Amino acid sequence: MKPPPFEYIAPESIEEALAALREHGDEAKVLAGGQSLMPLLAFRLLRPSVLVDLNRVPGLDELRLDKETLVVGAMARQRAVEMLVGLRERCAMVSEAVELVGHVAIRNRGTVGGSLVHADPAAEWAALVVALDGELELFGPSGSRKMAAAEFLITYFTTALAPDELLTRVQLSLPNGRSGSCFLELCRRHGDFAIVGVGAVVTLGANGEVADGRVVLIGIAERAVRATAVEKALAGERPTEQTIAQAVRELDGEISPGSDIHASESYRRQVAAVLTRRALARAAERAQKAEYASEA
Amino acid sequence: MARRWVGQPLRRREDDRLLRGRGRFIGDVAIPGELHVVFVRSPYAHARIVAIDESRALALKGVVAVVTHKDVPDSPLPPFLWDTPPEKLVAALKPFLRPCHPPLLPPDRARYVGQALVAVVAENRYVAEDAAELVVVEYEPLEPLATVEAALAGDAPMVHDGWEDNIAVRFTVRKGDAKDALANAAVVVAERFSIQRQAGIPIEMRGAVADPDEDGSLTLWCSTQNAHPLRRAMSRVSGLAPERIRVIAPDVGGGFGIKGVLYPEDLLVGLIALRLGRPVKWLEDRLEHMQSAVHAREQVHELELGLSAEGEIVALRDFIRVDTGAYNPLGLVIPYNTIAHLMGPYRVPAFEAVAEGVITTKAPTAPYRGAGRPEAVFAFERALELGAHRLNLDSLEVRLRNLVRPEEMPFDTGILYRDGEPLVLDGGDYPELLRRAADRIGWDSGVRLADGRRVGRGIAMYVEGTGIGPYEGAHVSLTADGRVLVRTGACSQGQGHATVLAQICADAMGVGPDDVDIIGGDTEGLERGWGTVASRSVVVAGSAVSEAAVTVKQQLLKLASGLLEIASADLTVEDGQVRAVGTARALTLAEIVAEAGRRGVVLEATRYHEPPTVTWSSGAHTARVAVDEETGVVEVLDYAVVHDCGRVVNPLVVEGQVIGGVAQGLAGALYEEVLYDEDGQLLNGTLVDYLVPTAEEVPTIRLDHLETPSPLNPLGLRGVGEGGAIAPPAVIANAVQDALPPGAGVVRRTPLSPPYVRELIGRQ
Repeated sequence: MKPPPFEYIAPESIEEALAALREHGDEAKVLAGGQSLMPLLAFRLLRPSVLVDLNRVPGLDELRLDKETLVVGAMARQRAVEMLVGLRERCAMVSEAVELVGHVAIRNRGTVGGSLVHADPAAEWAALVVALDGELELFGPSGSRKMAAAEFLITYFTTALAPDELLTRVQLSLPNGRSGSCFLELCRRHGDFAIVGVGAVVTLGANGEVADGRVVLIGIAERAVRATAVEKALAGERPTEQTIAQAVRELDGEISPGSDIHASESYRRQVAAVLTRRALARAAERAQKAEYASEA
Repeated sequence: MARRWVGQPLRRREDDRLLRGRGRFIGDVAIPGELHVVFVRSPYAHARIVAIDESRALALKGVVAVVTHKDVPDSPLPPFLWDTPPEKLVAALKPFLRPCHPPLLPPDRARYVGQALVAVVAENRYVAEDAAELVVVEYEPLEPLATVEAALAGDAPMVHDGWEDNIAVRFTVRKGDAKDALANAAVVVAERFSIQRQAGIPIEMRGAVADPDEDGSLTLWCSTQNAHPLRRAMSRVSGLAPERIRVIAPDVGGGFGIKGVLYPEDLLVGLIALRLGRPVKWLEDRLEHMQSAVHAREQVHELELGLSAEGEIVALRDFIRVDTGAYNPLGLVIPYNTIAHLMGPYRVPAFEAVAEGVITTKAPTAPYRGAGRPEAVFAFERALELGAHRLNLDSLEVRLRNLVRPEEMPFDTGILYRDGEPLVLDGGDYPELLRRAADRIGWDSGVRLADGRRVGRGIAMYVEGTGIGPYEGAHVSLTADGRVLVRTGACSQGQGHATVLAQICADAMGVGPDDVDIIGGDTEGLERGWGTVASRSVVVAGSAVSEAAVTVKQQLLKLASGLLEIASADLTVEDGQVRAVGTARALTLAEIVAEAGRRGVVLEATRYHEPPTVTWSSGAHTARVAVDEETGVVEVLDYAVVHDCGRVVNPLVVEGQVIGGVAQGLAGALYEEVLYDEDGQLLNGTLVDYLVPTAEEVPTIRLDHLETPSPLNPLGLRGVGEGGAIAPPAVIANAVQDALPPGAGVVRRTPLSPPYVRELIGRQ
């Protein structure tokens, strides 16, 4: 189908962009990479009267791997993150998750900010910001404010972003010390939306016990979920097949998957448990092998 | 003279143009002043059309017309290809068959979601879509019948007026007394198998452009597989003589049978253009395509296979229900194809099959690559595998025991083919196909991969009736520059006709294939044609091309003989020249053409080849799969095909055909399923949710072939377009079953989605 009629504005500064949003409010939609928005327009599922195109606004696409953080501008392309030198060694989970975002052609245009604001409950970026203490910077008429990822992502396709605000950047805290991470997904075809996705980070203490474990899941609720009960059950234990299996028993109460044409609730629960086990095992194995161990 | 070009792996002539983006597809046909058509389509599976108010749509700037059922004839679409079964078949079967064609625009009811109800004509597609939203249709929703069960329930409404039930076709095919034979079998496998509804998914969707001329004639470009039949239909519907209509199938990006059907939209585009006196274009989008282009394959088999203690087939009974959708324009084609291919390459002494085509409020179904054969092979090969297992025999051995052997050919199966002729297997070495396919895959089972996944192997065999009549035409002539021009009724959607038919013509005439130009899919210059469906074009069009070319060659030699004053017998045609053997005396074809012109001698011929019946291709496919027990995910590790399509004209093209077919077969085995809910709403109308496999999902397919020339045409050709798609669902099902742990459930349906496989494992 063809999109319904709309007005198109291409601001060249963030102030211009904010002015356009202020003027048009709910009638406006922001165009970043267009990989989610344009299909919605083409199906006429969304009918904004105004598109505000951010692609000419400078300064929104920074990408920086620091000692302790990964800083990603809202307009950074998925592909740029995928190709960021040193990222896989520093935190494999991020690289493995980004590689699973659609196909290369989609990643060439799609942006990290676009994914976060779109808030699909199966989006890999939602898992990453929730797992890695993501801090999002929002810029509005009264200046900028910071918000934690868990507060930002509310439910299906809904965030705490106000209609007159823009997401400008997100900062992830990368694991420190002896750590390993992993991201696994079950999907029907290469590049598809995840039926279930799991990200795991394991940081080991002096005696090889889990000092900090993170488990995040997508596709099993209305937003990305930290399986804190699983994390608690594993804390202080050495990560073995048995302790991991034991901890994963706590998973079922943490997730509330739905059913759709691809998978039932019960299948999603089964797969969530399987992938969580596998992701934790691999993250622990990588932690045990970790060559990079920064100061805690 | 010795054959030179048939058999050569020539690279396709079409490819340079296509790869450079110089193809001319329906979307590239642009006529100045053309208008765009968008259809208002039913949002209900079943609803009475109470009223249509087009006033707001007409008022929108840029809208030129809104066409409703009041503006067009309300009779059903005219016959197209196969609707009327041959007399011999009708006499033998006495089938129950109700004609059931859609109208151009239904005046009374919508019968499936996506059925076209109103046509909006505007300056461009954007405005036309805006206007389509402004057309107000008042509906009275009726009870949807989204399944065969719902359609056959006692209190179900009739989808078509005047019917006492929702059954469009029913017939029985019998040989011997199957019931009796089953009673005496050592083992009877009785199972219910179901094959899911699928969509053909050509990458290019449907479209048509109609350009009316001031003199009242019409040119209709259409992304169709059957140019001449479409012209006939357009003539019937418009009242214009066929001679005043030219149908052109331009480059077509895939058809697979989906474009081998007569669609109301294509005819409406022509009618609207004639009515308005302006060119009119329709290009559908994927959502329209998923809703309203034909679907395929939805069948349930209740099958009984009887085996002796030694694993010999004793009898086969099958009751088949086909979900035919809201209309049944192809009569008994699909159910009969299924029945005709059930016995496959095997000896089945007693046979009874009953087929029923049931009307439901979903998109109509029609032939899609394989056209009823994949369903037959799935049901039979699954049953055979289960039977071998029950008898504790190696299923490979059981197959070998039952295969028709080369020395038994020609083998009369005792039933008829759907052309009304006896179904006689006419050549091939089925045991050899099986042995080679098994060798290729390594016949060890019960292996586990390092990552813990279980490995299984599967096999299936098929035969395929190809090259069906009634005829195909070719007109061969020489142009002033000494090149050969061939016009044929065959239409290419990627089968490589411009190369393959040129190779056949080259051999027949003694020229090079680069000297031959093939024009297919254009009604101009060839009076009659049938089109490209059912794996028929290389056989039937190829034979017609060859016959016409041979005739023109005789004409050339006769004229050259007179000019050179040498007997024809001492002349040859080679490399674009007529040469006197043993001398340097020669004339170029261009010179002869010029001379023919001066003398008024004809150097052209039209031939229609009418095959006596179908000729039989065959194949064995094998696969090894890995199954993740915890998630049910299946990976195809290895896939091999050993097939026999008779004399191979171009091995590269054949390879492409087989691999493409296997990819679509694997799609049906593992991924694709058209899903409707109980209200007849299409749940997966986009490629996000209708899972067409990508290159990442298709494994490397290993090919081998035998060549058993067909006895039914001089070149020994058998068809190859569909073969690849016939066996994969059976092969993968057999392989997955082999991989599953003991005590797991029986694989009875496709697709083998991870949740389904997991469920089978969970049944331990």
